[in-house]
Amino acid sequence: MSTHTKRQEMDRPDADRPGAGRTATATRAPHQDLPGGHRQGDEGKVGAGLFDPAQLLKSLPDAFRKLDPRVMVKSPVMFVVLIGSVVTTVLAVKDPGDWFGWAITVWLWLTTLFANLAEAVAEGRGKAQADTLRKAKTDTVARRLTGGAEENVPGTELRVGDLVVCEAGDIIPGDGDVVEGVASVDESAITGESAPVIRESGGDRSAVTGGTKVLSDRIVIKITTKPGETFIDRMINLVEGAARQKTPNEIALNILLASLTLVFLLAVVTLKPFAIYAGADDQTSLIVLAALLVCLIPTTIGALLSAIGIAGMDRLVQRNVLAMSGRAVEAAGDVSTLLLDKTGTITLGNRQAAEFVPVRGTTEAEVADAAQLSSLADETPEGRSIVVLAKERYGLRERHQGELTGAEWVEFTAQTRMSGVDVDGRKVRKGATGSVIAWVEERGGEVAKDARELTDAISQAGGTPLLVALEDADGARVLGVIHLKDVVKEGMRERFDELRRMGIKTVMITGDNPLTAKAIADEAGVDDFLAEATPEDKMALIKREQAGGKLVAMTGDGTNDAPALAQADVGVAMNTGTSAAKEAGNMVDLDSNPTKLIEIVEIGKQLLITRGALTTFSIANDVAKYFAIIPAMFAVAYPSLDKLNIMALSSPESAILSAVIFNALIIVALVPLALKGVRYRPMSADRMLRRNLGVYGLGGLVAPFIGIKVIDVLLSLIPGIG
Amino acid sequence: MSPVLAGVLQLLALIAALALAYRPLGDYMARVYSSKKHLRAEKWIYKAIGADPDSEMRWTAYLRGLLAFSAAGVLFLYLLQRLQGALPGSLGFKSIDPDQAFNTAASFVANTNWQSYSGEQAMGHVVQTAGLAVQNFVSAAVGIAVAVALVRGFAPSRTGELGNFWADLVRGVVRVLLPISVLGALVLVACGVLQNFSGIHEVGQFLGGTQQWNGGAIATQEVIKLLGTNGGGYFNANSAHPFENPTPFSNLFEIFLILVIPFALTRTFGRMVGSIRQGYAILATMATIWLGFTALMMWTEFHHGGPAFDLAGGAMEGKETRFGIGGSSIFAVATTLTSTGAVNSFHSSYTGFGGGIQMLGMQLGEIAPGGVGSGLYGMLVMAIIAVFIAGLMVGRTPEYLGKKIGTREIKLAACYILVTPALVLGFTAVSMALSTPKDSMLNSGAHGFSEILYAYTSGANNNGSAFGGLSADTDWFNTTIGLAMLLGRFLPMVFVLALAGSLAEQTPVPKTAGTLRTEKPLFTGLLAGTIMIITGLTYFPALALGPLAEGLAS
Repeated sequence: MSTHTKRQEMDRPDADRPGAGRTATATRAPHQDLPGGHRQGDEGKVGAGLFDPAQLLKSLPDAFRKLDPRVMVKSPVMFVVLIGSVVTTVLAVKDPGDWFGWAITVWLWLTTLFANLAEAVAEGRGKAQADTLRKAKTDTVARRLTGGAEENVPGTELRVGDLVVCEAGDIIPGDGDVVEGVASVDESAITGESAPVIRESGGDRSAVTGGTKVLSDRIVIKITTKPGETFIDRMINLVEGAARQKTPNEIALNILLASLTLVFLLAVVTLKPFAIYAGADDQTSLIVLAALLVCLIPTTIGALLSAIGIAGMDRLVQRNVLAMSGRAVEAAGDVSTLLLDKTGTITLGNRQAAEFVPVRGTTEAEVADAAQLSSLADETPEGRSIVVLAKERYGLRERHQGELTGAEWVEFTAQTRMSGVDVDGRKVRKGATGSVIAWVEERGGEVAKDARELTDAISQAGGTPLLVALEDADGARVLGVIHLKDVVKEGMRERFDELRRMGIKTVMITGDNPLTAKAIADEAGVDDFLAEATPEDKMALIKREQAGGKLVAMTGDGTNDAPALAQADVGVAMNTGTSAAKEAGNMVDLDSNPTKLIEIVEIGKQLLITRGALTTFSIANDVAKYFAIIPAMFAVAYPSLDKLNIMALSSPESAILSAVIFNALIIVALVPLALKGVRYRPMSADRMLRRNLGVYGLGGLVAPFIGIKVIDVLLSLIPGIG
Repeated sequence: MSPVLAGVLQLLALIAALALAYRPLGDYMARVYSSKKHLRAEKWIYKAIGADPDSEMRWTAYLRGLLAFSAAGVLFLYLLQRLQGALPGSLGFKSIDPDQAFNTAASFVANTNWQSYSGEQAMGHVVQTAGLAVQNFVSAAVGIAVAVALVRGFAPSRTGELGNFWADLVRGVVRVLLPISVLGALVLVACGVLQNFSGIHEVGQFLGGTQQWNGGAIATQEVIKLLGTNGGGYFNANSAHPFENPTPFSNLFEIFLILVIPFALTRTFGRMVGSIRQGYAILATMATIWLGFTALMMWTEFHHGGPAFDLAGGAMEGKETRFGIGGSSIFAVATTLTSTGAVNSFHSSYTGFGGGIQMLGMQLGEIAPGGVGSGLYGMLVMAIIAVFIAGLMVGRTPEYLGKKIGTREIKLAACYILVTPALVLGFTAVSMALSTPKDSMLNSGAHGFSEILYAYTSGANNNGSAFGGLSADTDWFNTTIGLAMLLGRFLPMVFVLALAGSLAEQTPVPKTAGTLRTEKPLFTGLLAGTIMIITGLTYFPALALGPLAEGLAS
């Protein structure tokens, strides 16, 4: 079991969202080569994120390392705090007897440190993951094929286009495509799934990843990436945050925060001459002004901003999704059109028997009986579903092939497209319409007229008809029709309704004919569908949506999906897909579960909401801080200003110190929120704004009044302060 | 009738008049700035200045035109004053000193109309009518042009084009300001405002001695002074002077003139972006702040304690008895929440809180409803900031009217909100730190500080009203306030036009259920809150040491 699995289990107590796992648990992805549904149960929710106080302690050394001014300068807000800390330290050293100066100094340093700690904790979670990945990336020896002969070379010397051989027990030396053979491969190193998967040449399952292990057979692999740029290398960089670049929205927010910092810097710097004129020179020492500045600038969001970004990426990683850029995660929040593949995402992927329809002169029970009998030798999912339906709907006990003595079984093959049984002089068959009609006519039987009408009706409703026929003493004849339907996953309609409320349009992509597609689209409740879709159609649809200013997300796995994946704003490639698809997309889903697209959108939104909520909170906090510090500074010069001390703080020193302490502690208090993300539920923008404004706007206004008062009360208990 | 009731009734009458004018004027201005046709008179002007009114400009070209035109305006006005002594029709007044001439030129071109001179004792007919009154028209038209350019940036095209500066300028004067001014001047004359070219009269005073009175084209200058939110009075006493503002009715009409275009421009905005309701949301934010400030002002002025105040029915010092506390308070709030700066009472004599309300009104950036044009673009910039924060809270890259608020937009909006605080606080701090500027203060303590803070607040925000109590005709104040006015006017315009250009290049994002609804009351509340917290908090420490210290003491 890999660390991924362990992490998931640790996360489980957080699974508090109603309907958790609704999408993910409903079924497996169509790619049946990835078993092991044990990880799926507690996903499908946004907001999971483990926060363990012990992490704070573990990340402490990193927090100190980040005090390097060259690192700090990247966050203008915290850089100002750092300068403030240095200034107060110098002043405190010059006047070592001033307890107040020391207290402010210590708390300013703590403010800086807490900010670094938040980032370090966020990064720490990725580091653990990167370490596991590194273990998988042990030095491998590649068996390179040159002109038919094998030679052993280090994996690092492989070039794009080289052919290498891997046999059971070998570690695959680099990313590539299987060009010869079939093998089972253990990909647990990257996906966390211990069950092996099949990789074979040609088709959409040809991609192999360096660092994974061949368990059986022999394959020849054509290397497609340079050493050092392999998937596993990129993954390590991503989860470690080394490749992390600020996203557009993060940059914009940073600019706003920097300009607010400038405004408040201006307000504080210019205060000094005003204070001198007012006769409050002594009360506005540099230490006090530094304290005021740090309280006013948006330190809360400034301290947590990068942690929020890292944690957002991390939440994707926890869901086994790798985003190649933070930009893609942000774009996910903006998506207004989702292209969803029908099979596996909207429907279960297999057609299932839905009803038995008798022709005139036959009963439903007769059809059910014959259908069941004739399907016992059909091991395809469709065949099994007929047996199941007969049992569930008509109470027909499942008979086993061994029970019927003297029975001659006709198994289903792709050539005959029929299955059945000959027993007691009766011949029962079920199969594709054409095949069964041919079989009946061969035997001189007559096909009932209404049989054709029934099959046509089923086809038109988007279903697939199968005929059931019998030959006995009365001759050959059609008994009835089996209606095979594409079954829409449970809960999908509600899910799409939610998306619609969030303002996201869903488009179902299917290779079915328009009739079938429409029937399923109506049943599933998607907004639109694209039938008989070719890769070109998909591409055209994406471009059309984008021309209207919409952002499009899609999933894909085949090589022919690659152009569309590259064109989409959020292109999620399935890990089972080809390397071309993985190259083209900006995210890879290691679970290869197309339903996850919906979660990715939610995570993108949650990332932005968390930023906005904490920014609002941070700015709203300023009001209370003014009410603490302004009277503390100026009540001596203008006694009337003591009326602003509405919190009735015990002394000027205590008031200023309380504000600074609150300002520092609120960062630590909000680290869990920054890492987990603000609780997110799909709802309209209006309701969401009202809710978040209430919680973080009003909350941000009120909380510091209470917090500062409480700290002041505690401080005044210390002798010499209050 | 009690003075309070009278004040409230005046306010209600004003609101009714503004409401009546809102739709027709707003729609009319939208047509003016969207029309493809040119009037004959306009064609002559275009021919005379050599402009092609049909060529579309990108933001850089628009800005170049604007800056060149304004620079020429400053130079012309400066020379006119410097040469006054040699010009006919100057009532014998001397040429103006260089520092004051610079200050006045900057002041009128920047739509500020800060006056460090006494109108009736320094400026003759030529400077008043050919110089100052002309700038009253064109500086106002420039403000509207910038607002219209920004609104065009929100239009659902993707051309990067913002219209034509010369066409917007000329139309603003010819089709909007001039016609209303003609009507307005007639009303004012009917109320008793002077309009002549008479010379100086020696008039005997009631208690002996003589006094000099002069007439002039007062009504025509008065109307554009208010309509264009300029504020520069013909007389030193401004709208407190009976020749400028003789009756309570003329007073109410003057307040109406101040507010009518800035409020109606929100309708124009709604029309031009294709959603009247978006205009209503901006209007609601402006109106909420304006009404809140007016209510507070009336409350603090009426309820000022003390025996003398009780006898007078409130804080009557420095207010004209013909306007009373109500008429004065409404005027004071209207003039400081717009970039007008005309006064009908002595602002320095208001209660401590009253002075604070006036200063805060200007410090908010004069956006409720603000100067003609400048109020709308200032409010839209604040809306962009509010949308950015709120937009994040609904989980999308923030967008306003379908245009995304990205890095570039936030950078420009941030620069915009930095300019005036930097000028106000910077210049005030330097003045307080130096020894000589403080000699101009006529009061000590918190009130003295308020005098200087008010002066720079008024200058940098292009208000132009004076607190009084400050001898501002010194080299230091003439120069620094002159700079504050120019920078406070034109730097924000640079950022606004750049912003408009950036928005105009974007393809709009279609509206979905996930889009932040900026036409809802919730957004109005959020916008008002953002303005109060972000702009208000910047000035809180400074206000605490001036008006707050004073107001809380009584």
